[in-house]
Amino acid sequence: MRLPNGGQIDRSRKLSFTFDGQRFEGHPGDTLASALLANDQILMARSFKYHRPRGALTAGSEEPNALVTLGRGARQEPNARATTVELVEGLEARGQNAWPSVRFDVLGMNDLFAPFFGAGFYYKTFMWPRAFWEKLYEPAIRRAAGLGALSGEHNTDAYEKVQAFCDLLIIGAGPTGLMAALTAARAGAQVILCDEDVKMGGRLNAETFEIAGMSGKKWAASVVTELDSLPNVRLMTRTAVVGAYDNGTFGALERLPHEAIARGAPREAFWRIVAKRALLCAGAIERPIAFRNNDRPGIMTAGAVRAYVNRWAVAPGTQVAVFGNNDDAHRTAADLLAAGVHVSALIDARPDAKTTLPIRLFAGAQVMDAAGRKHLESITIRTSKGEERLQADCLAMSGGWNPTVHLTCHMNGRPTWRDDIASFVPTPGSVPGMDTAGACNGAFSTHAALAEGQAKALSALAELGLAAQAETLPEAEDAPYRVMPLWAVSGKGRAWLDFQNDVTVKDVQMAAKENYRSVEHMKRYTTQGMAPDQGKNSNVAALAVLADATGRGIPQTGTTTFRPPFVPVSIAALGAGGQGPGFAPERFTTSHRASLARNAPMIAAGQWWRPSYFPLQGETHWRQSCDREVGYVRNAVGVCDVSTLGKIELTGPDVPKLLDFVYTNTFSTLPVGRTRYGLMLREDGHVLDDGTTARLEDDRWVMTTTTAAAGQVMKHLEFVTQALHPEWDVSFISVTEHWAQFSVAGPKSRDLLDEMMAEDLSDFPFMGCAPVTLAGIKARLFRISFSGEMAFEIAVPSRYGAALFDALVARAETMQGGAYGLEALNVLRVEKGFITHSEIHGRTTAFDIGMEGMVSKKKDCIGKTAAARPGLVGPERDQLVGLKPVGVVKQLTAGAHLFEKEAKAIRENDQGYVTSVAFSPTLGHFLGLGFLRNGRARHGETIRLVDHLRGIETLCEVCDPVFFDKEGGRARV
Amino acid sequence: MRITCPICGTRDRREFYYQGAALALERPAPDASPETWNDYIHLRENPAGLTRDLWQHEGGCGAWVVVTRNTVSHEILATALASEVKKGAAK
Amino acid sequence: MTFSAFRILKEGLTGNTGWKPHWRDPAPKQDYDAIIIGGGGHGLSTAYYLAKNHGLTNIAVLEKGYIGSGNIGRNTTIVRANYFLPGNSEFYSHSLKLWEGLESELNYNVMHSQRGLINLFHSDGQRDAFVRRGNSMINQGDDAILLDRDGVRQHLPYLDFDNTRFPIFGGLLHPRGGTARHDAVAWGYARGADQRGVDLIQNCEVTGIDIVDGKVTGVQTTRGAIKAKKVAIIVAGRSGQVAAMAGMRLPIESHVLQAFVTEGLKPIINHVVSFGMGHFYMSQSDKGGLVFGGDIDFYASYASRGNLPMVEHVMEAGMTLMPMIGKARVLRSWGGIMDMTPDGSPIIDKTGIDGLFIDCGWNYGGFKAVPASGWCMAHLMATGQSHDVAKGFRLDRFLTGRGLMDEEGTGSQHNLH
Repeated sequence: MRLPNGGQIDRSRKLSFTFDGQRFEGHPGDTLASALLANDQILMARSFKYHRPRGALTAGSEEPNALVTLGRGARQEPNARATTVELVEGLEARGQNAWPSVRFDVLGMNDLFAPFFGAGFYYKTFMWPRAFWEKLYEPAIRRAAGLGALSGEHNTDAYEKVQAFCDLLIIGAGPTGLMAALTAARAGAQVILCDEDVKMGGRLNAETFEIAGMSGKKWAASVVTELDSLPNVRLMTRTAVVGAYDNGTFGALERLPHEAIARGAPREAFWRIVAKRALLCAGAIERPIAFRNNDRPGIMTAGAVRAYVNRWAVAPGTQVAVFGNNDDAHRTAADLLAAGVHVSALIDARPDAKTTLPIRLFAGAQVMDAAGRKHLESITIRTSKGEERLQADCLAMSGGWNPTVHLTCHMNGRPTWRDDIASFVPTPGSVPGMDTAGACNGAFSTHAALAEGQAKALSALAELGLAAQAETLPEAEDAPYRVMPLWAVSGKGRAWLDFQNDVTVKDVQMAAKENYRSVEHMKRYTTQGMAPDQGKNSNVAALAVLADATGRGIPQTGTTTFRPPFVPVSIAALGAGGQGPGFAPERFTTSHRASLARNAPMIAAGQWWRPSYFPLQGETHWRQSCDREVGYVRNAVGVCDVSTLGKIELTGPDVPKLLDFVYTNTFSTLPVGRTRYGLMLREDGHVLDDGTTARLEDDRWVMTTTTAAAGQVMKHLEFVTQALHPEWDVSFISVTEHWAQFSVAGPKSRDLLDEMMAEDLSDFPFMGCAPVTLAGIKARLFRISFSGEMAFEIAVPSRYGAALFDALVARAETMQGGAYGLEALNVLRVEKGFITHSEIHGRTTAFDIGMEGMVSKKKDCIGKTAAARPGLVGPERDQLVGLKPVGVVKQLTAGAHLFEKEAKAIRENDQGYVTSVAFSPTLGHFLGLGFLRNGRARHGETIRLVDHLRGIETLCEVCDPVFFDKEGGRARV
Repeated sequence: MRITCPICGTRDRREFYYQGAALALERPAPDASPETWNDYIHLRENPAGLTRDLWQHEGGCGAWVVVTRNTVSHEILATALASEVKKGAAK
Repeated sequence: MTFSAFRILKEGLTGNTGWKPHWRDPAPKQDYDAIIIGGGGHGLSTAYYLAKNHGLTNIAVLEKGYIGSGNIGRNTTIVRANYFLPGNSEFYSHSLKLWEGLESELNYNVMHSQRGLINLFHSDGQRDAFVRRGNSMINQGDDAILLDRDGVRQHLPYLDFDNTRFPIFGGLLHPRGGTARHDAVAWGYARGADQRGVDLIQNCEVTGIDIVDGKVTGVQTTRGAIKAKKVAIIVAGRSGQVAAMAGMRLPIESHVLQAFVTEGLKPIINHVVSFGMGHFYMSQSDKGGLVFGGDIDFYASYASRGNLPMVEHVMEAGMTLMPMIGKARVLRSWGGIMDMTPDGSPIIDKTGIDGLFIDCGWNYGGFKAVPASGWCMAHLMATGQSHDVAKGFRLDRFLTGRGLMDEEGTGSQHNLH
């Protein structure tokens, strides 16, 4: 019910919203929960296991009960906390985990079977018959479990990531955080102040305290106004700091306001904040008390009741009872009375409790039971005189406060138990660079909060080297915190600890009885603390119950660990930028647009996009295009963009030493104007990469790597020259992006280039290289071939790449040739038995690929020693071979395995596998490359290729991997 | 996690590539025993506590950096250029 | 006590007063036939099979924390047999068969759910590699089905087939792959071992290994010295420290692997799905949380916690692959300590010290191996011979280069597997 006066809501405007299809009204400033309560909608949700009716327990992000689903379609958002959802016009909320509705939920019958659904019951049954688990039990359990539902539609909202730096990050903008921020800001520090709430002030917005003679909320507003005026302060509301990471890095989630989203702002932003110092001012979370049926809708924490009354002007009931073990129960009663709400009883577990309030006080009493299934109707209390039943439609309970220590645990810190406040407090130094102040540090009065906020800010400033002095603190209440631990009221029935997961005192006791006595065992066995609130409301009480059940103290029992995030964070926010193409950089060659214009299907080759083939009109299958393009190269001339190959330019007197050390073969003897093929090993003796290095000038070398290993090779060279041989005088740099490079391949390649080049190419030797001039542009020419034909690679500065590609292709087309793509490139290299990373897949050695002869015996090189290990050479190794179909079935498939002709196709008989296949239009049949046990000695043998997955078996002849032009004469023409 | 590149200053961990123990600087002679090579390539002290390992400022200047670090707390105690460490060891 | 639906009914009707401890808390004896250091999944299953298969019951499992406190309790619960290199194939195949009978074996519901695992691929090259893998799986007698793009769409209609950074070419479906309830596996083996007389000793940290004349004679612990002629080191990420007590250096570097779970959601992901171009795999637990992970953080660590770069990478991968998960909220993240080897494959072997055995190097794939690891380690400890399906897991393979099992093909850099 809405109170006639007060609250921090804008009564001048009404907002219309629906819950489960029913229309209601609220005001700006409301949360969904406060608006529902104002409309007397107490029942908001169902619990996880027993589907018990539930209302809001809290007024904050720790809410365990009131989880709802918002919106529809791709916007559908499950598990939103009604207590933090800002009310906006047209908000559509629905109950969840209930059918047909939270009001009438069929699975509510689970509650009747509670005796059989105790802790860990599922570990003890559903085992027979075996096949029933996947078919029957599990689907049924899965359907009943879960909370809200995802829509299944692709995300359509915008999310963002932001990076920020500051001197001091202050987490929480209650009295502590505001005081700390003021102190630091006035001293000139770069300050970021974050609070998860929509407005700053923390508990000051929910309480009636005064600071400096004004209401707490007014004081907070005045501080915020000053902070906002300072250029060195960034104020961030709606921003929860969710994780503490190494070296002063924090993660924070900002939920943007609806007006901003409507203007195009992202829905949420995930911030990485790097802070030289941080101060945690996260406050405290009030704990419920476990007693029978303490989960009835209408039972709330006392602090939540005060928040609803004072901040939102909502009376959560007409007859409110208050139950507690500390003075906050009295404060709650006083606030309710002041707001004109009837308080039916104040039940204080402390025998010495007194009050001056005009209400019935039961000192030394406890609430034992609560009645009213969908709405609290009455409570039963136990006093020294016996039991008594009291009418109440709302019960405010306070079991004391738990400092919000969570972030201090994110780096494995464990909190310290303090007997005097019956709570855990942060252990100093748990997060390097982060201090704690105020209620999260166990300082509960407003004065103490202000004082600690100021003092801790001053010490942070001192560490930052910023001068500041303590100003006079504003006046504030400084009431002592007197609490008598009360975790669970003894008695029959189920008393809830973890409301969301339906874990009761009995469950914890049963876990202890079954010897799940470690706090971690208890947690995992009962699921205590594993629900969306992560035990914020219940962990300490549960562990007190466990301590009691196992006869240990709370400190000896220990705690489970709080881990990031502090509040749940959407995957969309953490993964902002990843959706669609944003997941990885895209690299485009200079011929990209030309390829698209020719309708080439582009395929991802690592980060690069490369053309697969260039279809001509009338071609209906990629093989037609591919075969044609192979024909260009074999018979005329083809043009292919090979810019994606890694290019590294090297200079310096010790380049020859470096090359000799990283390549297995010798490069120091390479004359100027020549290019050499080389093989690189990893230090463990396996092949790292292959490629060529050209000596363009006496002291200018250009290395090419494969597309896939370009980065790795660069890193490798840097490692060798910095970490192994810093004494070598060499410089190198990746020039992959600087040069567009095209392969011009085929018998007419020289003719094509000759026309375009200033230089005469008639004597340009195979494996030659030279700086050349092409249409007035300085270019580089290499006569290297990956097709086995006479071929050149011409490199020009990237800005000329697009033009050159067009010119080359246009010329080629006049010579019965044209552009070719990756498919043709692959066929051409398979015909020649040239390897790619399909063959040098990280497990092969130079020996395996038949290149052991390339490992120079005259010098050391990376990987040479390890490659000589006995297991890496010899007939036991799988060795590179060629495969040709010889039976009825002509198809070869990559990934198939090899077996002896008659052997059963099982692992024990496995002889090898196929790495690459191609249909050779040149030879008219399929070709395969593969690895076969002792394969080089088995040329001529017939073996069987088996591809179980595709149902293909093909008899093959083992042969040399070079299928075409074995002598290599065509390339040397 | 933030690491101080001796050349560029303190940068986010994202800019760095991790390789492994700084033992990698101590490459054995080609004719050293198989056991020595096995030690170098495969075996590790793998300490729970202080360690020296090799990172590269891949997204920055490309420097290989020897980082002295605590593997339990993730505290970073010192960083030095691998080339300087190696030259120092050679002296 | 045997668990059954009847027992639950009976206890439910009589106030649940009759439940008994699932295992004892014995004080350590002075002398055992064998000691297992490490009360994680592998240690507990080793103890179980030593007792069950080999009749060795005078054994103790020494655990420095609580049983199941290591990686068995902090993984993404995936169970599969989809390896392709000999040595691995037969081992994981054996393990999956043991999984398939585990509930009745242990009389404990570990909720092994063979919901199918789909490894996606995004290029021709990846497809060829997965075909090789799938054929290896069938050669081994396990199951694999090659899905093209439309086949993937039928199973996983919620993936982004139109706009994702790395287009989906197809997938390899392993129907018998799936998940299990991780803690339950530890508890089930613990209970089974305890029932057979094994002493499970918690809060007992080994501080030294006693070796006399090259033979192991026992261990020093925080609860006193304990004698044994056979001692097994089965401590995953802590292998380096424990082996150092015996003067050994191992081919292991310890790294942190993070994992994540979202708030509970109604069923939507019905398989285990693995992305081929980034580090991301996901399934949905029976409770409804999306359980997922990626790669290790890449730096050596014993912190059991990680940092944001890998967190964000994993989420970004999830968003490009299946942008419908955007509104799911990450509830918790955690980290385990992974014992990474130079070829990404494990070690189950004797050591140079008589009576000292080691089972380690599970990288980040140890969960699914728990049954067979225990089975084979027990065999080795009891008979002195490597079990047939674990013959490849030799400690000396790095020295000799024989039988390296580098499934990733990334070589001897520990963190790249």
